[in-house]
Amino acid sequence: MTQARSGRQVDEVTLDAVRRGEVAADDVRIHPHTLLHQAQVAQDHANPQLAANFRRAAELALLDDAQVMATYEALRPGRSAYADLVAIADDLQHRGAVLNAALVREAADAYRARGLLT
Amino acid sequence: MTEPVIGRFRFMDAQRVNLDGFAVEDPSLGLVAFDAPTDPMPCLVIRDGVVEEMDGKERAEFDLIDQFIADHGLDLSAADEAMALDELDFARMIVDLGVSRAELIRLAAGMTPAKLARCLSHLRPAELTLALTKCRARRTPSNQAHVTNRSDDPLLLAADAATAAAFGFREIETTVPVLGDAPSNAIAVSVGAAVGSPGILVQCSVEEALELQMGMRGLVSYAETVSLYGTEQIFIDGDDTPWSKAFLTSAYASRGIKMRVTSGGGAEALMGSAEGKSMFYLEARCVALARAIGAQGVQNGGIDSASVAGAVPSGVRSLMAENLMVMLRNLESCTGNDALMSESDVRRTSRTHPIFIGGTDFICSGFGSIQRYDNMFGPSQWNAEDIDDYLAMQRDWGVDGGLRTASEPEVARLRERAVAAVRAVYDALGLADFDDAWAAQAIDAAGSKDVPAADLMTPLGASRIIMDAGITMLDVVAALDEAGFEAEAERLLDMLRVRVAGDYLQTAAIYTEDMRVLSLVTDPNDYAGPGTGYAPSAARQQQIDGIRQARSVDDLRHEQQAFVRDDLIVVGPAQASTDPRDVVIGVSPATGLAIGRTLCGLTTVEAIEELLAGLEEEGCVGRIVRINDTIDLGLIGLTAARMAGSGIGIGLQAKGTALIHRRDLTPLANLELYSVAPTLTRAAYRQLGINAGRHAKGSTPEPQRNPYSDEAIEARYHTTVVSLVAIERQCCRPRSEPEQLLLHGRPA
Repeated sequence: MTQARSGRQVDEVTLDAVRRGEVAADDVRIHPHTLLHQAQVAQDHANPQLAANFRRAAELALLDDAQVMATYEALRPGRSAYADLVAIADDLQHRGAVLNAALVREAADAYRARGLLT
Repeated sequence: MTEPVIGRFRFMDAQRVNLDGFAVEDPSLGLVAFDAPTDPMPCLVIRDGVVEEMDGKERAEFDLIDQFIADHGLDLSAADEAMALDELDFARMIVDLGVSRAELIRLAAGMTPAKLARCLSHLRPAELTLALTKCRARRTPSNQAHVTNRSDDPLLLAADAATAAAFGFREIETTVPVLGDAPSNAIAVSVGAAVGSPGILVQCSVEEALELQMGMRGLVSYAETVSLYGTEQIFIDGDDTPWSKAFLTSAYASRGIKMRVTSGGGAEALMGSAEGKSMFYLEARCVALARAIGAQGVQNGGIDSASVAGAVPSGVRSLMAENLMVMLRNLESCTGNDALMSESDVRRTSRTHPIFIGGTDFICSGFGSIQRYDNMFGPSQWNAEDIDDYLAMQRDWGVDGGLRTASEPEVARLRERAVAAVRAVYDALGLADFDDAWAAQAIDAAGSKDVPAADLMTPLGASRIIMDAGITMLDVVAALDEAGFEAEAERLLDMLRVRVAGDYLQTAAIYTEDMRVLSLVTDPNDYAGPGTGYAPSAARQQQIDGIRQARSVDDLRHEQQAFVRDDLIVVGPAQASTDPRDVVIGVSPATGLAIGRTLCGLTTVEAIEELLAGLEEEGCVGRIVRINDTIDLGLIGLTAARMAGSGIGIGLQAKGTALIHRRDLTPLANLELYSVAPTLTRAAYRQLGINAGRHAKGSTPEPQRNPYSDEAIEARYHTTVVSLVAIERQCCRPRSEPEQLLLHGRPA
């Protein structure tokens, strides 16, 4: 049985529950464990990069929408200083998003080398 | 170009294909499909598990794309073996049915972009076609529709989304002419799609951040317009980097939303920064990057730049090779056939056809299911104008191109329900009111020009409320349910629930109508030669074969019965005459019994009336005799001539074909033949009667010319002819005597 991010079982998310006003956004959001499971499936089907994506996603599943949007925006070209990206990476690290933190640090170095920082 | 001197060239220049642009190869501008002189030689140097050199560049010279591919995109454990392979040998392995897809995937993962590009450039078109069949991820092919319109009319969007679902599309992509309308479009298309079928994936293509935001609210169920480019400059001009795209890819997955990226040969040339490289090499970088960032799939094959690739030699082949490259990187392949690449129907069909028969995860990454003028991506390679063509092509080849026939009553019912559902949702959520005239026009419309009642401000106002009030798909589900659209509410709730399971994040996932996931994981392509791989089920084959235009003999017989009246009465056995004015009109066995209308639309009786009138003008007397023992027109005419006092007979088949015969000739040597029955007219039958009369009087009339036509007369009528001949055959009674007939009680 699959659990939503809220902890609720997906088969409890019924139209009846919607009628009773008992379904919240988190009841239809994917749980990080499910993404880790999908990562293993992708790994087993010869796509380790897709697996890595799902592992990063498992970390992001715990962040709120606004933070995800803000991090994406900061990673676009010419949006951030090196220190901004490092601070974002540290914050992600602090929240347990270590793979994403590594991605952002890598971006900071690559952007410095190619002149994409503010 | 100067005006041609001779007519043949003026005529040729006026053909539609000459509206297309054709470019002389120019590698400096990126106007070359394969193998530009400055494309790098493949190479890969790995030290301590780190790529130090790739495709002609040292690590220090890597641009963003090189670096991301080198650090994330390659399977270094397969690299030595893969890079050492001879390129032609690998090309041969691709079409070698003894080499599995899994083995190709394993080796391709160790190849740099330049290496894989050079391997695939060896494949000829027929080899590419076989390779698509073998290498695509999903066993079952599918197709994607564009549903858009010029006014972002929510009612028309919903009706057209339901229609697209009815025709079999499993993904629907919408977009906007006005960015602010996007949330309204997303809801309208989602609701319409849910009316049409369970399990339709929906996306609204807009700017990256807004698209993600809509996805997070559940307003769309997949994303596609995440663009990758093959040169660093264009990538940055696109306001992204490989790292931001990798993050975006994970952001979608983190909300359980399927996502694929977009690239395609010619994009860099079109944007003026191809760095002197071939389109195919640059695309090889995009595809390698798509794999590196962890996207599950790619739509490529030119997309918006398909006509740029189409303008250079072998460009169309390179578009198809791009699709194969995606498959070899073990990704979902959504194979272009999207933006219209030619003004010529022949060229655009030629561009699609090998992909269509090879089969891919999505044949079109945007079949314009609406009319060309309503496609806000620009006209597609295939459009509403072509749906019946496409269905006929599927049937011709027995191939599953993802579409099916939809009946008019079914589509009418779905359009009405889709419009009602969107009205109910917009009303319940306070987004808009629609009046009845607008709704009625949207249900009936073949396009937005048929909906003058649409108000352009409505989608904008609705979208503002959706964004400001934070409306999510859960709100839409509740509103649908409350308004009595329980089935549709369940279907949209299903699309939210599947996000929780995440199975459709896997490569090449679609949902069937009974909500089963088909993907690389659940429906892996196992093609290994004839008798293996995907074959349509019996039920699916029935959908492919049973287009609505198909007619059986029984259908034809039924239609003909409506025209059979009792105007022709049998008066007894026919006798030979000695009256020199006597001309016999020999009619075929089914005449007046089972076939009442000729191919030109006149009834058989009307044709006979004209023949009689023509004979009368010449002072002759026509006598109608049904020849019952043959359906051969020559024999019918000759038999008639031998009974005629004048020695002249007219032969007439019930379908309208006619001739003039004389008693002393052989069956096939007639005097005049009117062979193209569909083009005959009352005047032609009158003239035939006149000419027969003149022959009876011993003169030699000028033969009538068959009317000229450049239409595919045979394509139009041959199936009908086969049925009509079968009916004639059933009415034919060997060794039975000719019968004299009377028309309207008129004396013979």
